[in-house]
Formats: sequence, structure tokens, C-alpha cells
Amino acid sequence: MRAPWLDGAPSREIILLCLLLAALILFPALANDYLITVLILIFYFAYVGQAWNLMMGFAGQLSLGHALYVGLGAYAAAALYVHFGISPWLGLWASVAVAATTGALIGFLAFRFGVAGVYFAILTIAFAEFARLAFDHWSWVGGSAGFFLPVANYAKNDLINLRGSPTMFYYVLLAMTVGAFLLCHALLRSRAGYYWLAIRESPEAAQALGINLFRYRMSVVVLSAAMTSLGGVVFAFYYNNLFPEQVFHISRSIELILAPIIGGIGTLFGPIIGAFLLTALAEGLDAIMRAVGLDVPGMKQIFYGVCLLVVVLFLPDGVWPPLAKLLRLDGRRAQGQPGY
Amino acid sequence: MAGAPRANPGTSMAALLEIAGISKRFSGLKAVQNVSFEVPEGAIVGLIGPNGAGKTTCFNLIAGVYRPEAGEIRLAGRRIDGWRPDQICRAGLGRTFQLVKPFAGLTVLENVVVGALKQCRSVRAAEAIAAQVVEQLGLKSKCHEPAGSLTLPDRKRLEVARALATAPRILLLDEVMAGLRPTETDRMVGLFKDLNARLGLTILLIEHVMRAVMALSRQVVVLHHGQVIATGPPGEVTRDPAVLECYLGEDAL
Repeated sequence: MRAPWLDGAPSREIILLCLLLAALILFPALANDYLITVLILIFYFAYVGQAWNLMMGFAGQLSLGHALYVGLGAYAAAALYVHFGISPWLGLWASVAVAATTGALIGFLAFRFGVAGVYFAILTIAFAEFARLAFDHWSWVGGSAGFFLPVANYAKNDLINLRGSPTMFYYVLLAMTVGAFLLCHALLRSRAGYYWLAIRESPEAAQALGINLFRYRMSVVVLSAAMTSLGGVVFAFYYNNLFPEQVFHISRSIELILAPIIGGIGTLFGPIIGAFLLTALAEGLDAIMRAVGLDVPGMKQIFYGVCLLVVVLFLPDGVWPPLAKLLRLDGRRAQGQPGY
Repeated sequence: MAGAPRANPGTSMAALLEIAGISKRFSGLKAVQNVSFEVPEGAIVGLIGPNGAGKTTCFNLIAGVYRPEAGEIRLAGRRIDGWRPDQICRAGLGRTFQLVKPFAGLTVLENVVVGALKQCRSVRAAEAIAAQVVEQLGLKSKCHEPAGSLTLPDRKRLEVARALATAPRILLLDEVMAGLRPTETDRMVGLFKDLNARLGLTILLIEHVMRAVMALSRQVVVLHHGQVIATGPPGEVTRDPAVLECYLGEDAL
């Protein structure tokens, strides 16, 4: 029961997932550059959404400052590349280390001194703001004027230095999204996964069953921070520019939690579905606006707000749970369990 | 009588749980005052008393939710007062909550797996044990339902199942029979008797259902206003004038 799609013959779910994956692998051969950049955005939000969901959806720890880890990851790898020519594949370890350490510091402060719930969320915002202000004044990485990577030569894909065409980033991000999904899938079926869910549902009961709350809360924050920072590495090398005002801004933190909220917090497919829906609809809206010649600043933000409102009002569990039911892919979710 | 510290704790080799003079105040309210009693290995001891007597506070002190302001608590000879609840669980103490705390979003089976993981190396082994415990508690037909959808009696059963799955040496039961029908109570009593006889499981229970207390406990501790006012076999204690007075009021006598 625990893993209905790991036992025996490949189930409906596995077959559908493989078909979807095959379609995504073939996609760049058929699509134009614009569609590829849209898919890149979708994968990026699905990936960081998955990382955030690990912390909030599985362990119930609300972070509203995840842009912090994106930014730290981005700046660490970018600085090592620009200043020392270190490949991002090595630099990412520095990103992971910096983000994980920062996550551990926030977690330590919060869980050691009993800062929980909303106050924990405020603490995460505070750290993201610290970072924004600090990087604004740190001239080694460009300060508020921004930090720039040498612009890629699109003619040749250099995977070692992550310099290349959107198609290359498409595959890198696709691999990361699939990897994050598989990792979370495995984690949920592990001891840590059970313990995180227990802590989310009732910390007191979890503790009475022998679970060390501090250790398991720390582990999920550190893991989520580390995963998110890898999203930051790709972000830096894809956009080639970093501005503290943008990277660490709270609107970025909010933006990256929209996909899992709309898709379904605590579900494995939620962040992915949410990223698809939000990004595709927002891009579609953009196209329509352009076609009719309207240019309303902040349209996308209003649109995100409306989406959030609709989901909160009509689909409080997110889009995925009812969708899964509709597609009869809801093995466990059918009975109202946290979806997987 | 009122819970003087035991003069002779040295005789308690057979006591699995020793409570010696513990106290706890909540901003002026003396919830538990200088309470002492013992639970011998393999025994079933009832902790009774009127509402607000401090029974649940006593449990929370033993299980590590609160730290006693005075006194000592020993489990199998080791001092556990001041330990965290998870450490005390690992030392072999399982407990249920009076106000049930199911992992509402998880299935019944998953709830119990969380408990079973304490005694198992692998998730698979924990799942096997959880399945057995769920069956033992008569929850098998509901094992894939979310715990949040259970009725109160079933939630109480789930509390017991989860605690049992941690393979405790001593089980603290906080009013698990409340709200059960008499036949269900008898079934639960049968289960605890069986666990006690077969596995030597030691049990300390808070219970208002006297039918269950009488059937299970060889020894009863009566709390009133945070103090122990009587200890002894249930038949004797229920005839004790001090006990009758605290339950019925002075005028009734």
C-alpha cells in the first residue's frame, strides 16, 4: 500500500509518467525558442517549489524567505566562476554549503529558542532581507549595481561551464526537476519522511513517539535550503546577471511558493502542476495582452493574486488532489490522505 | 498521608517507575504537590481522582512534557526527570493523550508506523509491526482511512496502537476508555490484561470508567487537589472515607 507504484508490474502512473517524460525530452526538437524559455521557467519553479514543499508541505515549517537560498546559491557559484574561473559543477558545492549553513543557522535559532509558526516565517523573511541589504553593499559581487557573468556564446554549448543555449538549460532543469521529484518520492517513504509528516500533523504526539523534533526539523530545513540553492546556481548562469534587489526580494520568495500552493501543498505533483498552470497561463495572458495592444504594468502579479484567490476559495488542497481523482491516479489521495 | 517522600526508596528494586515527591505549579495553582508512588514491573496501576486532581499533569511530568519543580522520577532505576519526551519514549515509556492527537492527515496504518519506527531499523519492518498492532486494536478495516475521519472511540484506540507500536516497557494510558460502550470497554480491558500477562507490559492508567479500573488494576493511587490521598487495592480504596469525600463531598457522608 505504501508504494503502490513500485510493486510488481508498471502501473498506470508509471506508464503515464514515462510518456510525459519522453514527450518533454523530445520537446525541444519540435518547439521554438520561445516555448523552450517558457518550459525553462516552468521547470525552475517546479524545482524550487519542490524544494520549498519539502519543508512546508512535508514537515509543516513555513518559509517565506526562500529567495535567500536561491540568491546565496546564485551568488556563490557565480562569484567563484567570475573571479576564479571555477566551473559551476564545482561551485555548486560552495552554493550548497553556504545555503545549508545559513539554513542551519536559521533553523538553530528558531528551533532552539522555540520560534514556531508565523514567527518562524518572519525569521525567514528577516534573513532574506539581511542578505538583500548585505549584498547591496558588497562590492566584490557588484553590490547594488549588479553582478554579471560573461554572456554565453549560443553557438556552442559548454556544459562544463554552463554556458550555452536555452536548450541546454532546458535539459539541465528538466533533469533537476525529475531528480527533485524522485528524491522527494524516496524521502517520503523513508523514516525521515514519516517523521516529517508526523511533526507536521502534531509535534507533541511525534515527540511522544520518540522523534527528536530538533533534529528532524533541522534536517528538513538544511535539505530544503541546499536543494533550493541549486536552483539559484542555474538561475545565475541562465540569466547572467544578479541584482540583490531582485534576487533576494520578498516578491521572489512569494513567487516561488505559488506553484506548490496552487498545485497542492504536501503533494509530489503539486509543485509541478502548479508551475505548469501558473507559468503557462501567465504567458498566455501576456500574449493576449500584447495582441490587443494593452500594456498594464503589474498584470502578472494581479493574475497571480487572482489564481491564489481562486485556489484558496475553491480548491483549498490545491489543483492536484482533485485532478488526480479525476484522472484516477489518486492511489492514496482517494481517501483524503496527504497526496503523493 | 499526603505524599510524604518515600522513606525507603531502596526497597524498590522491582519498581519499574518510581515517582518521588514531584511537584508542579501553574502560576500559583499547585497542580501536583509532592506526589510519590511506584509502579512495580509487570503491574497495572490505576491513577484516579476527581476532575482537576492533577492526574494528567502527573502524566505530563512523567512523560517529560513538563519538568517537575521538585522530586525525582526514575524509570528502571534511571532518573528521567528533565529529559525530553522523545528521550523518555526511547527509554521505554509509551503514552497516550487524553485529548487525542492523531496525525490527522495520515492513514491509521501510517500513524502506527510512525510509532513502530522507534523499534525498527527499516520502514518495511515497521510497516509489518504496525499492521499487527492495528489488527490487535481492531482497526484493521479502517487502516487505510485518514486518522482525521475516525470516531472518538477509534481515535482513542489509535492512540493506544501508536503507543504500543513503540514497544514500551511501561504504557501510560490517559482515559482511553472514555466514550467507549461497555462491550468495547470490556474488549479493551481484555486487550490490556492480555498484553500484561503475555508480554509483561507494565501499565499506569488514568481512568474514570470504574468498571475498567476495577477490572484491571491491582493497585490504585487516588489524587485530590494534586496530592495523593490514598493508595491500595481498588476494593479498599473505594471504601476509604477520604476518597468518598473527595468524590461525593463532605455532606454526602
